[in-house]
Amino acid sequence: MAQIEIKGVAKQFGSYQALHSINLSISDQEFMVLLGASGCGKTTLLRIVAGLETPTEGEVWIGDRRVDHLPPRDRGIAMVFQNYAVFPHLTVFENIGFGLRMAKVSNDEVKRRVERNAELMHIEQLLARYSGELSGGQRQRVAVARALAMEPDVILMDEPLSNLDALLRLEMRAELKGVLAESKTTAIYVTHDQVEAMSLADRISVMHQGRIVQSATPVEVYRNPAEHFVAGFIGNPPMNFLSAVPEGAGRYRVADKVLDGPNGASEPLVFAIRPEDLTLSNDGFAATVKIVEPLGPHLLATCDVAGTMFRAILDSDMTVKHGDKLTLAPQDGRVRWFDPESQRAVA
Amino acid sequence: MTAVDVAAPAQASTVKTGRFVYIASVFLLCAWVLVPLYFLLINTLSSPEAVTSFPKSFVPEFNLGSLEFFWNFSGILNAIKNSVIVAVLTMIISIAVGAPAGYALSRFDFRGRELFRLLILLTRAFPLPLLALPRAVMFIRSGLDDTVFGLALVHATLAIPFAVLITFSLFSGIPLELEEAAWTLGCDRLTAFRKVVLPLILPGITASAIFAFVISWNEVFAAAVLTIENRTLTAFLLASLAESPLYLKFAGGFILVVPALIFIFAVRKYLFAMWGIANR
Repeated sequence: MAQIEIKGVAKQFGSYQALHSINLSISDQEFMVLLGASGCGKTTLLRIVAGLETPTEGEVWIGDRRVDHLPPRDRGIAMVFQNYAVFPHLTVFENIGFGLRMAKVSNDEVKRRVERNAELMHIEQLLARYSGELSGGQRQRVAVARALAMEPDVILMDEPLSNLDALLRLEMRAELKGVLAESKTTAIYVTHDQVEAMSLADRISVMHQGRIVQSATPVEVYRNPAEHFVAGFIGNPPMNFLSAVPEGAGRYRVADKVLDGPNGASEPLVFAIRPEDLTLSNDGFAATVKIVEPLGPHLLATCDVAGTMFRAILDSDMTVKHGDKLTLAPQDGRVRWFDPESQRAVA
Repeated sequence: MTAVDVAAPAQASTVKTGRFVYIASVFLLCAWVLVPLYFLLINTLSSPEAVTSFPKSFVPEFNLGSLEFFWNFSGILNAIKNSVIVAVLTMIISIAVGAPAGYALSRFDFRGRELFRLLILLTRAFPLPLLALPRAVMFIRSGLDDTVFGLALVHATLAIPFAVLITFSLFSGIPLELEEAAWTLGCDRLTAFRKVVLPLILPGITASAIFAFVISWNEVFAAAVLTIENRTLTAFLLASLAESPLYLKFAGGFILVVPALIFIFAVRKYLFAMWGIANR
C-alpha cells in the first residue's frame, strides 16, 4: 500500500515562493498527473516527493511513513527523468540492474528482473549496448525499465515524453499507461501537455503559480473547470469567455442575449462555453466569422461576438467564410459561470 | 547562367587558396615544435667536436658519448629520482585538493562562488619568486626546506588552479540528473559519485594529473631556491650546466625534454578529452 499524503508543503527559493502550502492525497495505485505551464511549480513538487528538493515547510508521507527528512534512496520511489539520465558508462543491462545491484540483490534475481522489464519495454535485444548507441526513444525505454525493475511503491515521472518526437510520444504514451497499470504502482507524472495528462491520468492536478487549482478526473477537469484559469488552460482551443451582467431573478445579459444563470448573484459574472458546445440555431449569439480553419474532423471558426474573440467548432462539411454572420447557441448544461473577483466557478 | 560560369572557377580558386593556407599553417606549426626538438636530438647524439663545428650535419652520428657522460655524472640519478617523487607528490596533492574544489564549484551554489573562481586564477597572477622566497624562509623555520615534500607543496600551489578549473569543467559536463538518478536508485552521495561520476571523469582526472606532473617536472625556479642537497633534475641541471660546454647543455636539455614528451604522448588521448575534444 503506497498512498501519498502531501500536507502543507511550501517551497521558497530565496525570495521566490515556488510552492504555496500544497495539500494533496494520492491513493494507492492511482495515476496522478501534475499539469501546468512551465514555472508553475509542478516539477518542484515532484522533486520534493522524490527527495531531490527539501520543502521549506510541510510534510510528505508515503504509505504510513513520513519521508520528507529521508534521502531519496530510503523513500521507496523510482524516478524517470526528462533527459532519461541513462548512465553512459554502463550497458543497458547494467543500467536496468543498477538499483538492484545497489540493493545487493542476487545475480540470478538481477538477471531475471532485468530481462523481464526489458521485455516489458521491448528492449530485450539492446541489453548489451551502451546509451550512446541508442535512440532517444530507446533511452526512454531503458529509463522506464530501470525504474520499474526497482519494483518501487511509487514511480515519479518528470516530463518523460517531452523529448520524443510526436509519433513516438503517442506510442510511448499508450505503452506507459498499459505498463504502469500492470505494475500496480502509484504514479505521479509531471507534464505541460494537456492531451498527455487527459489520456494518462486517473486524476489531474492542475497547477498555477505554485498552487493546485483543481484536482479531479480528466473529464471533470474538462467539463467543470473549478477556476477561470483551468477553463482557459485546458482544451484546445480553450473555453470562450463573455462578461455577464445580472438582470435579476437569476437571469444574465450575455452579449445581446439573456440567459438563465446561477441564482442569487447580483454581481457581474463571466460566462464560459467550450467551442464544441455551440450549435447553429436561430436563437443565439450574433457572431461574425473572422478566421476559418478546416482541421479535418471538424472546422474551427474564430468569430467576433460583441467585440470579444469567440471560437466555435462546426461540422467539417459546413461552408463558412470570412465575414459570414452566424447565430451560435450554447448547449444546455454545458455553460459555466465564474466570479471575476475570486476566479472561482459559481454553481 | 553566365554568372554561374564565372562564379564556379572563382569559388574553386578560393577553395584552393584556403587549402594552401591550411596546409601551410599545419606545416609551420609542426616545424615550430619539431625543428628545435630535432636539433636537440642530433646535437645530443653528436660527438663534442660535431656540436661546435659548422656547417651542421642533419643526420645524427649516434654518438652516445654525451649521454653516457650524463649517466655517469654523479648525482644525476638522484636528481631524476627526486624529480619523479616531487612530480608524483604534486600530482597527488593537486588532485586531492583540486578535484573536490572543482566538484563543489560545479555542484553547489554557495556564497562567494564567483569570487572563489576569480581568486583561483589570481594565484597565478603572482610571479613565482614572490611565492617561493617567503616560502623558503617559512620552510627553513619549519624544517621543510630541502625536502621533496616541501618542494611538492610549492609545485602543488602552481598546479592546483589548473586542477580546480579543469575538474570544474569536467564535473559541469556531467548532468546532475545522472547523479540524481543514482540517488533515487539506492546510492548516497558518495556511492553515486563513485559509481557514476568517477568512471565518467576518470580520463579527465588522469589528464589533469599528468598536467600537474608536467608542471612540476618542468619547474626550475622554486626547485633551485628551495633545495640544495635534494635537487630535482631541472635545478640540478641548471646548477651544473651553467659552466658546462655546449654539447653537455644539449644532452642535459635532451634528458629534460624526453621524459615529459613521452609522458604527454602516452596520455595524449586523455589530454584531448581534457580540452573537450571528443576522441572515441
